[in-house]
Amino acid sequence: MPSEKLSYPRFQRASDHSLLVTFGEQISRSHHRDVLRLFRLLHSRPNRAIRNIHPAYSSVLISFDPLIARPEKFESYVRRLVDRLGDIEVATSRKIEIPVCYDKTLGLDLEFVAHHNGLTTDDVVRHHTSVEYLVYFIGFSPGFPYMGELPHQLETPRLSTPRVMVPEGSVAIGGSQTGIYPVASPGGWRIIGRTPLKLFSPLRMPPTALEIGDMVRFKPISVLHYQSLLGAVDKL
Amino acid sequence: MSIPSHPRASILAVSPGFLTTVQDLGRDHCAHWGIPPSGAADPISLRLGNLLVGNPPDAAALEMTLVGGSFRFERQFIIALAGSDLGATLDNEEIPAWQSVRVKPGQTLRCGSTKSGARCYLCVAGGIVVQPVLSSASTYLLAALGGLGGRSLKAGDVLQCGAQRAGPSMKPRAVNKQVLDAFFGKGPIRVTAGPQGDLFSVDSQLTFSTSTYTVKEESDRMGLRLKGPALKRVVDGDIITEGTSLGAIQVPPDGEPIILFVEHPTTGGYPKIANVISADLHRVGQLRPRDEIKFEFVKHEKAISLLKEQEDLLSPQRSLQAISQ
Repeated sequence: MPSEKLSYPRFQRASDHSLLVTFGEQISRSHHRDVLRLFRLLHSRPNRAIRNIHPAYSSVLISFDPLIARPEKFESYVRRLVDRLGDIEVATSRKIEIPVCYDKTLGLDLEFVAHHNGLTTDDVVRHHTSVEYLVYFIGFSPGFPYMGELPHQLETPRLSTPRVMVPEGSVAIGGSQTGIYPVASPGGWRIIGRTPLKLFSPLRMPPTALEIGDMVRFKPISVLHYQSLLGAVDKL
Repeated sequence: MSIPSHPRASILAVSPGFLTTVQDLGRDHCAHWGIPPSGAADPISLRLGNLLVGNPPDAAALEMTLVGGSFRFERQFIIALAGSDLGATLDNEEIPAWQSVRVKPGQTLRCGSTKSGARCYLCVAGGIVVQPVLSSASTYLLAALGGLGGRSLKAGDVLQCGAQRAGPSMKPRAVNKQVLDAFFGKGPIRVTAGPQGDLFSVDSQLTFSTSTYTVKEESDRMGLRLKGPALKRVVDGDIITEGTSLGAIQVPPDGEPIILFVEHPTTGGYPKIANVISADLHRVGQLRPRDEIKFEFVKHEKAISLLKEQEDLLSPQRSLQAISQ
């Protein structure tokens, strides 16, 4: 690949109004620490030119107003921040438990995931709830957490044709990652369960229950328990 | 912005049109929560419409899509239609787009199907006032937030409007024809190279910049899907999911490009061959299904200088002229 010769961090003008800072070409906790540090540093220094910050696995895309900051000036500003990342302490992660009902009426692909990996559905639940996941970032749609690392026994390819609508709260597996659809949206990940918690609410601040850098554990609950918790926002 | 305690000015949506939403200039500082900017698909038309009625540029208006609605005004208003030509009438008399129009209490504005472009903004003096969500009035349909309960208008909706800045003494005015021609040229959509341009073969980059693409029916505020020659990558597979820019042109495995638009997913794993320049994003908002477009690569310096020229044109002194009415 052409990118093998590149050195990191890498700065690219993704468009006339955005700068992409890439720390490496794989999903790793060490790149993620740099992503989190840059994200926090950008947040702690209000800059009138910045319009949006998109942290991801190993990169941060910053969109800015090129009429407020000339692109070359803006890039030097971000380069100076990146030079200082080593000095930034990343605060201890929040630990959050999320109840999930792994019933096959809610986990529409639970049996497929089990079958694909030569497991029983109970095995799938056991593996999925056995580890603590890092929220690498929130992206795609409102409040959607990209989490890793998924136990390798559960890796399942995405649907070749995405569903037109994935129900709100669906907990899903996409390749070697796991995530939650906090709002109903189209989606191609395999659904294995559903959380009753409302993880996105635009009138709260912050509007998402999970944020970049959080550590998440899933807790299996019964259908009855699921129904009793439906819509709860303050159970985290 | 807040809801006035005694909202007196209101507009009744007699019929909503095909897809009508409340939009302003969008919602920044929310991408790290997975929330895209939303906002007017054609922000230039919105800004010109707001200028015409004496509003600040970011006042909220109604964005009508392809087929407009009908609205009854409960009091005297100054309004302007900006964007596509919907053959609008006020109490059955034709009214022109791109100029301020005085309406009397009880009058009804009726808009029809588009004769040009995809979106028309109904701007009213004082702006449409809704409860802001995350500092913006913009409707974001996927997450059902902003605007009027996060949804598109339906018949019977009543819209509240703010206090009019411009008094009854405001002279009628119109947008200069030359300014409109400058904003809505017919040339190719200009793009800068995308962050993964090098993942595409030189042939594919050439194909992209020389072919004609057609806007597919399944295009919306999230993205415009294009039909045309497939673009081939040098290397197969997706990239590690990364942030996506407004106007990014991503290429899924089938090779047909998608322009990420105002309600785009904030991250994605498809490589991006190009990005529409800021100065042409509003033209993307006026593309209809089956429209044909071409792309032209420009350097970043050129993109920025075009944006600056555009911003200069948006001053009231340059864009507006007095008219007799």
